[in-house]
Amino acid sequence: MNEMTTPQEKLTIKDFTSDQEVRWCPGCGDYAILKCMQRTLPELGATRENTVFVSGIGCSSRFPYYMDTYGFHTIHGRAPAIATGVKLAKPELDVWVITGDGDGLSIGGNHLVHAIRRDVDLNILLFNNQIYGLTKGQYSPTSVVGTKTPSTPQGSVDPTLNPIAFALGSGARFVARTVDTAQKHMPDVFKRAHAFKGASFVEILQNCIVYNDAIWEEITNKKTAPDHQLLLEHGTPMIFGAERNKGIIFNTKSFALEVVTIGENSVTEGDILVHDETSLQMARMLGDLGEKPGEPAPMGVIYASEADHSYVDAVRGQMDSEKGKRTLKDIIRGGQTWVVE
Amino acid sequence: MALEVQTLESAVVRFAGDSGDGMQLTGSQFTNSTALSGNDLATFPDFPAEIRAPVGTTFGVSAFQINFGATSIKTVGDQPDVLVAMNPAALKVNLSNLRKGGMLVLDEGSFTTRNLQKAGYADNPAEGDTLDGYQVIKLDISKMTMEAVKEFGLGNKEALRCKNMWTLGLMLWMYTRKRQPVIDWLEKKFAKKPEIANANIAALNAGHAYGETSELSAHIHQYEVEPVHAEPGIYRTVTGSQALSWGIAAGGELSGLEIMFGSYPITPASPILHTLSGMKELGIVTFQAEDEIAAICAALGASYAGALGVTSSSGPGIALKTEALGLAISTELPLVVINSQRGGPSTGLPTKTEQSDLYQAIYGRNGDAPMPVVATRSPGDCFEVAIEACRLAVKYMTPVMLLTDGFIANAAEPWKLPDLDAIEPFPASQAKTPEGDEAFNPFLRDEETLARNWGVPGVKGTEHRIGGIEKSYDTGHISYDPANHQKMTDTRFAKIDGIAGDIPDQVVDQGEDSGTLAVVGWGSTYGPIEEAVKRARADGLSVSHIHLRYLNPFPKNLENLLGGFDKILVPEMNNGQLKTVLRDKFLLDAKPFTQVSGLPFKIGDLLSAIRAEIAS
Ligand SMILES: Cc1ncc(C[n+]2csc(CCOP(=O)(O)OP(=O)(O)O)c2C)c(N)n1
Ligand code: SF4
Ligand SMILES: [Mg+2]
Repeated sequence: MNEMTTPQEKLTIKDFTSDQEVRWCPGCGDYAILKCMQRTLPELGATRENTVFVSGIGCSSRFPYYMDTYGFHTIHGRAPAIATGVKLAKPELDVWVITGDGDGLSIGGNHLVHAIRRDVDLNILLFNNQIYGLTKGQYSPTSVVGTKTPSTPQGSVDPTLNPIAFALGSGARFVARTVDTAQKHMPDVFKRAHAFKGASFVEILQNCIVYNDAIWEEITNKKTAPDHQLLLEHGTPMIFGAERNKGIIFNTKSFALEVVTIGENSVTEGDILVHDETSLQMARMLGDLGEKPGEPAPMGVIYASEADHSYVDAVRGQMDSEKGKRTLKDIIRGGQTWVVE
Repeated sequence: MALEVQTLESAVVRFAGDSGDGMQLTGSQFTNSTALSGNDLATFPDFPAEIRAPVGTTFGVSAFQINFGATSIKTVGDQPDVLVAMNPAALKVNLSNLRKGGMLVLDEGSFTTRNLQKAGYADNPAEGDTLDGYQVIKLDISKMTMEAVKEFGLGNKEALRCKNMWTLGLMLWMYTRKRQPVIDWLEKKFAKKPEIANANIAALNAGHAYGETSELSAHIHQYEVEPVHAEPGIYRTVTGSQALSWGIAAGGELSGLEIMFGSYPITPASPILHTLSGMKELGIVTFQAEDEIAAICAALGASYAGALGVTSSSGPGIALKTEALGLAISTELPLVVINSQRGGPSTGLPTKTEQSDLYQAIYGRNGDAPMPVVATRSPGDCFEVAIEACRLAVKYMTPVMLLTDGFIANAAEPWKLPDLDAIEPFPASQAKTPEGDEAFNPFLRDEETLARNWGVPGVKGTEHRIGGIEKSYDTGHISYDPANHQKMTDTRFAKIDGIAGDIPDQVVDQGEDSGTLAVVGWGSTYGPIEEAVKRARADGLSVSHIHLRYLNPFPKNLENLLGGFDKILVPEMNNGQLKTVLRDKFLLDAKPFTQVSGLPFKIGDLLSAIRAEIAS
């Protein structure tokens, strides 16, 4: 829930930093995400008392301990369900869910589906390092086929789960992606997620330096990034590339998005598809983009389409509309009674 | 000439028919009329596991038994005095249980070759000598019903559906009960379909008139059962699920907390979800989650946010909630967990009753994870026990397990309406913004109860982080210190054990507080044990009945109390769980008497066990 309460004093990054020693491996991508959050919350006008971080289990799920807000480090995979309860009990709270690719998509996949489907007003951040960090490096549902880990010494064979497609398939109305190193991009995504009324799902590409280092290298390396990421902006053409001459078109024959080069095969800038973050069809296609070689990974807000009512309001509304109509005494006395003298 | 009306002390009537015959409705309406006549009563709805079993088969038989009387009624009765069998399958399933010489009312019209075949009868039992020794009333109820509702122009199928009301009319006549409450109920239920209401009423009246005018009255007695001498007050009938739901609502009001109820449908726990979902006007949030794990997690999340989370399920669902229960114990948050026990293991017997989840409640978690366990003994008792579960959860900042069972959930009994204003409130205490800049410590404990400091989101200055990782006794921050883990484990136990000082001493339900034999029970075995002990005592045996509400911790005086008896017998509808717990806690030679048939104990069986134990 994202209505801002005006803080009495101007808060800073320090106010959101707890006194607990951060225990991630040196160089872990989680540090950058933490800093970014601590830095962004004051800009959102968030208050410490109305902010709650709920997490499951995993390296990423240690996150709440380091925020000087309310925090609940729960059990593996269940954070979306617990956060749903928090929100149903106190709708005025700003609730963030912190989860990992194992926590949110493996053991907790069911809860994530339903929190998203219900459109509970939560900001869900999924740290995707394509690995189980905390348990020392087993493959996860997002690991690419062939990933060698202690549990897959010959390489994993399970097809990969795409978090964006998963969220959209669950009925998400806000889906975005960012990456741990993008200290400018990430705050904007957080702000958008926070402002969105309903479940906002954000995939954060995160580096696990110990067990799955450099999987996002193409996207994070300054040299290769321009050719491998597509920075989305609503209302602007989807152009990318070091020379800004590549773009996305919709091929009506293959019924798919396609990467083209402006200036080749008589493609002009006017042919490039303009990003419309309110289009579910486009979002679904963008969700799949980046899976084939040569395709860039879309970054930023892929889909945002607010519902005209809120789940929590609807649940509490059913209660409020009945409130006071009958008391417990009335209910107990209802039905047929008789008197013994 | 009609025979005179005979007065009975009590009677047991069992209605049995196909699941489509409406026997549960018939039974509950007969119950309602009986309650309004001022009798004490106990009921036992006994329905098949299948929603729509093939018509006419034995596994599709649905039955409803009621025991009612002019004296206190504690059980549904071992053997029916009257069996109403609406088809051959119902006769086949239920005949063996009918009292020898008992009355049998049969709908001859349904004893067709096809139905006999489906029930597995080679010959028609209504015609041979199978039924010798019973008082048999064969009536073509189907045909008479069709005649009675002819004028309403219903289709064949719909007309035949009124058969159960015809039967009910006859039984109301036989036991001199009022028809008007049923008529009122029909008019309300079918307010939008007056022709259906009228047809049912006509069938009801026809059944009643048949009793009065037919030659039946020449050789069948009409019976009267006088009102019971009960405590003065206003009464109604209540099922366990209703009383439990109302108790939870009362617990919310008495603690000043909003109730947030998370659940996932499962037999026989669902009626609680249904009842609470229909009580939104009291400010109860209900949430049908995606599974039992989410249900308890949402409830716990609500407790974390300052409400009182409640979750309810049956054994298989409670198993799924186990990990989250551990989190509730570790984070010391209030939570009420209701287990409507059914037969197990695994999916087991969903529609049958058992009390085999006691180990699960007391011991069934990873780690040393103690929690209070309380149990209800009857439908009406659910109200008080639910309030007590809420009180303990809030006062001690702990999840509480409330054990009830499928029998209590569905059974009904007369219930004196409680005086809500007379119940002592137990307002919850939540941390306020600290003065000065003292750091908030969520694990600061109340010296007396050892309950921790409940800080809730939304309050300035009490921001903190908690989770399932062990916390420092002194600061509440994460701690891996070995000595601290020992201390926290000890403290969690001390907190729960300390509850023994805050609950009433165990009383002896019947008999002296020392003697030869103590029969110790818990849960829905209350009625049968009470009755069996009464009969044993009437025979001059030195037996007392002790029935436990508090199973963890036990009341302070229980060990001494049990020490006053030479022998201890523990009847349970499981394989001997309380017996083991008593042995564990008190090193007592408690003897088991167990039954896991999915059915309540019979008084006769218990009586034999008591005699055998005393003689041994
Ligand atoms: C019920 C349960 N099963 C297994 C575990 C062990 N476990 C802890 S974290 C984890 C995987 C975490 O992976 P991910 O969500 O990707 O988080 P990361 O550590 O990579 O941030 C597992 C399997 C657990 N804590 N609880
Ligand atoms: S194991 Fe990986 S994800 Fe976990 S803290 Fe270390 S680097 Fe980060
Ligand atoms: Mg991971």
